[in-house]
Amino acid sequence: MNRKYEFLKKIDPETSNLIKGLQAIQGVEGYVSDESISAVADYFSVPVVEVEGVLSFYAQFKRVKPGKHQIAICDGTACHIKGSTQVSEWLTFELGIHPGETDKSGLFSLETVACLGCCSLAPVMSVNGRVYGTLDRKSVVKILKEYENK
Amino acid sequence: MSKIAIKKIRVGVASCGVAAGADAVLELLRNRALPFTVEETGCLGHCYAEPLVEAVLDNGESVFYRNVKADDRDIDNILALGEKDRFEIPPKRKSKELIKVLALAGKIDPTNFDEYVENGGYAGLKRALSMTPAEVVNEVKLSGLRGRGGGGFPTGTKWSFLAAKDTQEKILICNADEGDPGAFMDRSLMESVPHQVLEGMLIAAYATGATKLFIYCRAEYPMAIKHLKIAIEQIYAHRLNTVGDRVLEIIIKEGAGAFVCGEETALIASLEGQRGTPRFRPPFPTDKGWQGHPSMINNVETFGNVPLILREGAEAFAAIGTEGSKGTKLFALAGDLKNPGLVEVPMGTTLREIVFDIGGADPDKVKAVQTGGPSGGCIPVELFDTPVDYDSLKKLGAIMGSGGMIVIGNDRCMVETARYFLDFTHRESCGKCTFCRVGTTRMFETLERIVAGQGEMSDLAFLEDIGPKIRAGSLCGLGQTAPNPVLATLRFFRHEYEEHVKDHRCEAMQCDAFVDMYLDRAKCIKCKLCIKNCPIGAISDDFAIDNTKCTKCNACKEICPKKTIFRVKKGELL
Repeated sequence: MNRKYEFLKKIDPETSNLIKGLQAIQGVEGYVSDESISAVADYFSVPVVEVEGVLSFYAQFKRVKPGKHQIAICDGTACHIKGSTQVSEWLTFELGIHPGETDKSGLFSLETVACLGCCSLAPVMSVNGRVYGTLDRKSVVKILKEYENK
Repeated sequence: MSKIAIKKIRVGVASCGVAAGADAVLELLRNRALPFTVEETGCLGHCYAEPLVEAVLDNGESVFYRNVKADDRDIDNILALGEKDRFEIPPKRKSKELIKVLALAGKIDPTNFDEYVENGGYAGLKRALSMTPAEVVNEVKLSGLRGRGGGGFPTGTKWSFLAAKDTQEKILICNADEGDPGAFMDRSLMESVPHQVLEGMLIAAYATGATKLFIYCRAEYPMAIKHLKIAIEQIYAHRLNTVGDRVLEIIIKEGAGAFVCGEETALIASLEGQRGTPRFRPPFPTDKGWQGHPSMINNVETFGNVPLILREGAEAFAAIGTEGSKGTKLFALAGDLKNPGLVEVPMGTTLREIVFDIGGADPDKVKAVQTGGPSGGCIPVELFDTPVDYDSLKKLGAIMGSGGMIVIGNDRCMVETARYFLDFTHRESCGKCTFCRVGTTRMFETLERIVAGQGEMSDLAFLEDIGPKIRAGSLCGLGQTAPNPVLATLRFFRHEYEEHVKDHRCEAMQCDAFVDMYLDRAKCIKCKLCIKNCPIGAISDDFAIDNTKCTKCNACKEICPKKTIFRVKKGELL
């Protein structure tokens, strides 16, 4: 096995841990590459197609390399009602990318998620897991500026 | 000196608090050399007041401060017990709420085992262990507790199914895959009082003879997972996982983002490392579940109720609530209202009391409330006297669901709201049942056409025809409830659909296809902020908006200091 994926050995190689294995890969590499799919298939002794099947079922897994700063726009019910569509538009305009994409410099990536569970602060988004609430256009631009300079 | 001093300070640092900036407040407080401790605590349920800081005084009383900013002025104000920004629970809310399950949330440090025990924690487990397993099952049956995940199945009965199985391995699963957008009750419970959920699980394990305990928690809740992990270590250290003659293993599995995994058989498939597709029942999980072993699934809030039942007795629990729905219920209240947050009320409280008295919504500005998330329905303001319990909501075509409650204001379009829910469900459909896979997609496409101004009257008939078919032709709860938001809006807000189709008008001015942006030049002060902020340059130097270019992003409307820019019906004011 490729030494890069030795961290998998901490997980018991029974098939019920397949999702855990994929989560570990994404935790380390930020996404699940073709190469890592083969490694996972080897490690858990299941066909590559089965790994692909599980992988593509769950929204959490990313197949493209995310940017340095990962933005998740919450499109939960409360956020939607409070204007998450516009938050998404503003971000797309500022960054020049759509949800699911990473910008050319690899600085920002954008995705839409179902619910971050901070509904009472709607609309919210998270950057690298930190949640920002009660967004308006001004605060969105300000948050982007902060991360641009980080 | 007889002056009252601060004994300790607590800062609410659950996810909502942190999102509002509580971590910076905590850091600032900890950087001061203070003669008392600064502790972290969970969620008090008053999200609108976050970050919320509590100063516990040496006379036992507490002073709360709301919306605390991470600056020296606000910190000094707290340390001096100043009058500024003091917070008190709105009296109207206080009179309607009944805090039982959440009694310790926001009052104790979630990672502190001793604090939980000092406040009555694990007394329920202790009492359970002094009874026979059958007596415990009976106690839960007598309490009338019904599953809080949405289905409302009697919990004690479910427990008796698993208890009756005579096998070596029995599995107990806590469903913490709160995938319903707009709901955060389970997150708050796990973040704020993880031991209470685990105590409920241990009691259930003792009563049913379970050998292995799983918590299936969605990966989007890192803090909940962290607190549960700490709590499990503490349980192991205190050997509380030894019940009867068994040593129990408690395993946390992280979900990977699939709404359908809230369904029992899909959840089990996911726990086994497979795609989370539901399967036909019977066999029910209590007969054949995780890797073929009898398995029982309860929701987080259900487990959170169990220690109370054992501590206070089934009778005390059953004294609260209505005939068919006992105890209290947590609701995640959000949307168009003044005081969003996590609330706990006795079953049978009316929607009016929850939305207006507790949530502080403006009665003139609310048109509906959506319960049960994408599986539920919206209930119009005219029916707000409906008591909230499993059976009353079902009659209205909505469901209790897990407890998400979104208040919808007059300026929201119900057709667009229905479109939003179908967008969610058609993407989350696992694809196994044809009616769910294709049917929800057709419903979604039809709604997309209507909000884009291309709808026809026959579309409404189509939606009403296909809805019940999807319901009948789907194996699991996702498909069976997916048409609810559409059918409920068609029932209560049909005029909005007809307006979109016939008059090309969106009453709420929300659907972009029917809207122009209009700048009232008579009131304009020519500050040019709108011109500068328009991302596509659709506003000319003489303040005319080119609506053929405009994307209706509202940037100008938001920035205008004089509120001179409006959304108006297309072609009306040009």
